[in-house]
Amino acid sequence: MSAAPGTFAVTLRDLERRFGDFVAVNRVSLDVRQGEIFGFLGPNGAGKSTTIRMLCGLLEPSGGQGTVAGLDIRTQREEIKRSIGYMSQKFSLYDDLTVEENIDFFSGIYRVSREKKTERKAWVLDMAHLQEHRRTRTGLLPGGWKQRLSLGCALLHEPRVLFLDEPTSGVDPLSRRSFWDLIYQMASEGVTVFVTTHYMEEAEYCDRLGLIYRGELVALGTPGEMKGGLMADQVLRVSCGRSHEALGVAAAVAGVRDAALFGRDIHLMTEDAEALAPRLRRTLEEGGFQVGAVERITPSLEDVFVSLIEARDRADGAQKEFKA
Amino acid sequence: MLERLYHMLVKEFIQVLRNPRMRAVLFVMPVAQIIIIGYAVNTDVRHVPMAVYDLDRTPATRDLIARFEGSGCFDVVRRITSEPEIQKVLDSGEAKAVLRLNRGFAEALSGGGSAQAQFLLDGSDSNTASVALTYASRISADFNRSLLEQRFARSAGVRLDAEPVTLATRAWFNANLDSRNYFVPGVLAMLVAVLSIILSSMSIVREREVGTMEQIMVTPIGRLEFILGKTIPFAVIGFADVALIALITVFWFRVPMLGFPPILFLGTGLYLLSTLGVGLFISTVSSTQQQAMMTAFFFMLPAFMLSGFVYPIANMPRVVQLLTYLNPLRYYLVIIRGVFLKGLGLEVLWPQMLALTALGTIMLLLAAGRFRKTMG
Ligand SMILES: Nc1ncnc2c1ncn2[C@@H]1O[C@H](COP(=O)(O)OP(=O)(O)OP(=O)(O)O)[C@@H](O)[C@H]1O
Ligand SMILES: [Mg+2]
Repeated sequence: MSAAPGTFAVTLRDLERRFGDFVAVNRVSLDVRQGEIFGFLGPNGAGKSTTIRMLCGLLEPSGGQGTVAGLDIRTQREEIKRSIGYMSQKFSLYDDLTVEENIDFFSGIYRVSREKKTERKAWVLDMAHLQEHRRTRTGLLPGGWKQRLSLGCALLHEPRVLFLDEPTSGVDPLSRRSFWDLIYQMASEGVTVFVTTHYMEEAEYCDRLGLIYRGELVALGTPGEMKGGLMADQVLRVSCGRSHEALGVAAAVAGVRDAALFGRDIHLMTEDAEALAPRLRRTLEEGGFQVGAVERITPSLEDVFVSLIEARDRADGAQKEFKA
Repeated sequence: MLERLYHMLVKEFIQVLRNPRMRAVLFVMPVAQIIIIGYAVNTDVRHVPMAVYDLDRTPATRDLIARFEGSGCFDVVRRITSEPEIQKVLDSGEAKAVLRLNRGFAEALSGGGSAQAQFLLDGSDSNTASVALTYASRISADFNRSLLEQRFARSAGVRLDAEPVTLATRAWFNANLDSRNYFVPGVLAMLVAVLSIILSSMSIVREREVGTMEQIMVTPIGRLEFILGKTIPFAVIGFADVALIALITVFWFRVPMLGFPPILFLGTGLYLLSTLGVGLFISTVSSTQQQAMMTAFFFMLPAFMLSGFVYPIANMPRVVQLLTYLNPLRYYLVIIRGVFLKGLGLEVLWPQMLALTALGTIMLLLAAGRFRKTMG
């Protein structure tokens, strides 16, 4: 294995998981540096949770290798469990226990030492802003508070690597922001954070990103790299009246790979934005549309992901036709 | 190990005891059931409603009818005056038996011949019918004997003091054949099984259902710690319920407790090995609490039927009899009845204890083995 345990907190080499014939994770390789916030993105069913489960020792890989905190995910599962924290996609503390009882339970299960117990408990209550609610039944807490408590319980034993599977889904934007403050705080203390999310603005907060689609790793890099170099296509923004109707017309213009509405604007993917712009303006004006600015823009992460995923779909389609 | 187990137990007990419905299920339901069943389950046949169709209307027939009434077994609820009425009272259920005495009954008797009495029974409740028939034949036998005595005295001029051979029946261990003594301790076995199997399996499956199991599985907790944490609370509750029910049985229903109560608890402990083993096993084959509940019933129904609780094992087909050797309930029932009604100790009950130990160990090991696969 190329990665020295000291430098990488998580390494995956051709990691694979099949459920029967279905390949949920298909030969994924990547490395996560120590203290890094690594964002794992992908649409529903892409294989994010399956990958995390393999890394946490919950699922046996069907093929490939991986290490977490320098420990082998196939042979050292029990050791891994002691050195990681995990928040599953589903809220999974005990609703019928109070905040304090949940904390006590998990610190007991992790065998946090007696001297440390009180200190860690105070830390969690503080960090989750639950000091006044320590005797409240967990089930009665609002969503965002539950998530903070979950995070706290996953951190009781001071793990070096933290796996968060969609920790902020279904949580209001304000709570989401404060949750990310906590993630930053952890990372600044040297904890490696491996996080999955659906929210694009959260992707921007990550040090590095991996995009997974249908089980395959489609792209890997920093948010900046992704927006800059990864995309073959250029993005053309068109502001125009009745953009809803104009979308169909624009999509049919030769050289347009893909068209999508972004608010009142239309974003077009194309190989050559400079050449397309005048042709497009003409076509739209002939169609009776009021055309404003037509300009090339730096793509957003969302543009990048949509384009990468569609490129992958096209490639898969071509492959299928070729095979047939 | 002990520290983790301790925290598992604390958590389980909080979860079980904090839930008001759970508390009711654990402590109110068994008490209510034992009391209801204690009063309801009564297979002793008394006061069978009977109709009389007396066509003779002589002192002899009145004597016979009085004997039926006086036995306590039958209540004459109606006197019939026509043939079709017989059918009517039996159909409507107004009477479960009809005694028909034809014209010439007394004449036949005084002539030294034999007279016919017809006893009609509603056989749809076969248990009551067969017991009623036994009583009826005993009453008519008594009647015959006293008739013979009278005739003998009349013809020979001597009184017969000595009884001819009589069979003195006496049931040991349950002198009055009181069915309550027999049933109520048996209900205890049933309640312990229901509680321990259903609650232990549901409590595990619930963790899987709500997702806490996944969180538990990334912690370093061991399989054994988890399993013990999930079974010990229900064993403790099982013991508490046995104590509670035993107290009610003895002090409320006056069922005798002739044996040494700790033997009962030893038996309970060994029995719980099996039931908790079954509960654990069910949790490995169910993914929702509802499935667990259903599976538990599939296990329990045959277990009750083939335990000797309802039907005697000796009456079952040979193959089924062999099957009952795998049924922990069978052994526990022998222990319970042995301790309550016969005052038996280990010197007699050891084979049952041994069988429960073996069955319980095997079931727990099997279930724990399966458990690993479903956890991973
Ligand atoms: N135990 C399983 N058995 C069979 N198929 C499974 C199993 N677990 C996951 N899958 C399938 O594997 C694929 C990937 O699932 P996974 O949960 O990893 O997706 P995800 O990226 O986390 O999606 P989401 O955003 O919806 O959480 C899905 O199509 C899912 O149906
Ligand atoms: Mg997921």
